[in-house]
Amino acid sequence: MAKALTGDGSAPARPAPLAVALKDAVVSGVITWLLLLPLVGFRATESGSGPLTLTTRFGLVTVFAVVVAVLRLVMHLTVWRPGREKRVAATPSALAGLGARISPLAKPAFFTLALLYPLLAVVLSGGLTPSRYWIDLGIYIGSYVMLGWGLNIVVGLAGLLDLGYVAFYAVGAYAFALLSTSVPINDFMAGHLGEGFWAAWSFWVCLPVCGLLAALWGVILGFPVLRLRGDYLAIVTLAFGEIIRLVLINWTDFTNGGAGIASIPPISFFGMPFSAGDDGFAAHFGLTFDPMHRIIFLYFVILALAALTALVTLRLRRMPVGRAWEALREDEIACRSLGINTTLTKLTAFATGAMFGGFAGAFFAVRVRFVSPESFTFIESAMILAIVVLGGMGSQIGVAAAAVLMIGGMEMLRNLSFLKSDWLLGPDFDPTLYRMLIFGFAMVAVMVWRPRGLVSGRLATIFLKERKTVSGDLVKEGHG
Amino acid sequence: MTALLSVKGVKTYYGNIVALKGVDVEVNEGEIVTLIGANGAGKSTLMMTICGAPRAREGSISFAGRDITGLPTHEIMRLKIAQSPEGRRIFGRMSVYENLQMGAAVAGNTHFQDDLERMFDLFPRLKERLHQRGGTLSGGEQQMLAIARALMTRPRLLLLDEPSLGLAPLVVKQIFDAIRDLNRSEGLTVFLVEQNAYHALRLAHRAYVLVNGLVTMSGTGKELLERPEVKAAYLEGGH
Repeated sequence: MAKALTGDGSAPARPAPLAVALKDAVVSGVITWLLLLPLVGFRATESGSGPLTLTTRFGLVTVFAVVVAVLRLVMHLTVWRPGREKRVAATPSALAGLGARISPLAKPAFFTLALLYPLLAVVLSGGLTPSRYWIDLGIYIGSYVMLGWGLNIVVGLAGLLDLGYVAFYAVGAYAFALLSTSVPINDFMAGHLGEGFWAAWSFWVCLPVCGLLAALWGVILGFPVLRLRGDYLAIVTLAFGEIIRLVLINWTDFTNGGAGIASIPPISFFGMPFSAGDDGFAAHFGLTFDPMHRIIFLYFVILALAALTALVTLRLRRMPVGRAWEALREDEIACRSLGINTTLTKLTAFATGAMFGGFAGAFFAVRVRFVSPESFTFIESAMILAIVVLGGMGSQIGVAAAAVLMIGGMEMLRNLSFLKSDWLLGPDFDPTLYRMLIFGFAMVAVMVWRPRGLVSGRLATIFLKERKTVSGDLVKEGHG
Repeated sequence: MTALLSVKGVKTYYGNIVALKGVDVEVNEGEIVTLIGANGAGKSTLMMTICGAPRAREGSISFAGRDITGLPTHEIMRLKIAQSPEGRRIFGRMSVYENLQMGAAVAGNTHFQDDLERMFDLFPRLKERLHQRGGTLSGGEQQMLAIARALMTRPRLLLLDEPSLGLAPLVVKQIFDAIRDLNRSEGLTVFLVEQNAYHALRLAHRAYVLVNGLVTMSGTGKELLERPEVKAAYLEGGH
């Protein structure tokens, strides 16, 4: 074919691909340098009340130009290479084969790692006290895994786009904060069950209450939005999230307004406080007192709560109500034509999702021991929703992986201190401020390469003889 | 004998626009009854009104002697009425098996395995496709699935809304044959709404013609096939 083309002399000889690529790289590098020179290279800084001073950042401009040049060079030599044939694999690639062999192990491995994580953290960081950072990070990630799984019920399974999930998180947190610091309840409990009972047991008593209250609010939100779907539902839930936050700020008598509620009692080991005293956890188990015990216990509490969320979701998916959620996501009219009560189905989805949000909220309050409306802004809802979408809607392991990547990844951004060197971005540069930008890049990248989320295939919820994976490859994008 | 389904003087509105202007239709036990009409005549509206969405503003609908005019949709559909809705509306991301299970969801799983086997006899293609996602089926297979899903509820009355929509003639024939078989062997009552008048009239025992929200003609399928007005309006230009 190529011979025939060049043979008759009609096609000019092509220059070598490397030369083309190099030329393009240099040209685009120079263009980038010139473009960014006024945008990035000069900077007017205000020095106190004095005049503006002009600083230059030519080093940074050069770095950007080189990055663009190298990227274009690489792209030209690989993906954009002329005459490159797109590989169409007749058989699944070796990587896919490996993936298929690993995937049954992924869940147990993930769970074992989660279980051993505190031990690893302590061993690798060399002691209880230095491991605090890592275990705190684990708790933080665990909270988002749980929130992701909770929202997954509403968004991933029932297909109801909820942009105000943080409202239920706030309800849970405030319910626990208000109940555990309430003086009348404390007095009542002290009178009947002994001094110190409420401080020791409040979390364990309030946890179910917080879940139920959040579920109740889920139903309260659910009622007015029953007739809405898609964009309209998203807007109303968004408003609901904001309303809850504004009420928390403005109802000062009840919630203490923007100042928040402090001195929430810490978590106890089922009644045993994590204190240095004789009745404390450490003394009871013959350990030396260490404040890290409480942190490690918190890690296991959030792990248990997240596992509860996952297990309940798995079971519900196999029960009629769970299948009705999935059917509702697919087609509401078809659901009704089969005699499914769509009103009830939607409300149970909202209530169940909200309940887990409430649990997570109570956990948040007992971990931080301080709640204020600032913790429950829209960005939290967006983050949780992003975790669900990135993970692949409806996929539990995908959501967990997305939470680890997003939350862990953002935390890792704090460690990029080399970017602060003088010739690069300067000491004022704070990599964490760019997390939303990176967040956006991650979303775009996932939607380009894995439009159905990180984990798109799923096991059939119910099966006849053998369980088969239902592939996500042939369905609409964004519909994992 | 009282009719299994009887629609009396039903008027349905979309806002202020009248879609049905007083429709009377009866379907007796064991019959296949078809309703034909042009686009916008109100065929699907009648079907949906029987199911309670939209609700009839005037008139009454009764099923097996019970007034169902004011019942919510999901309760109507639990009364041994099943519907294969217009446009099939199968659950695209659920497997064929899960779709069928959804059909049996309300009735419970007591007869599930038996019914599943019956559906495989009726539509062998579904057995081959059992673990595929519903959305990956061809149009004809999706229609079969929609009918099978409706039959999983073990209905006395099957409502079919345009089962031939967008299907090849051969597939239409397969589906109509299956409906005829069901009616003959199990005595299933079928109310069929169709644009494909020729096939529908040949299949049906009795038929109604709906024009602009009013029934203008009725009779046996054969009679209507012979009527010149029907021929002119619905059968010219081939079948």
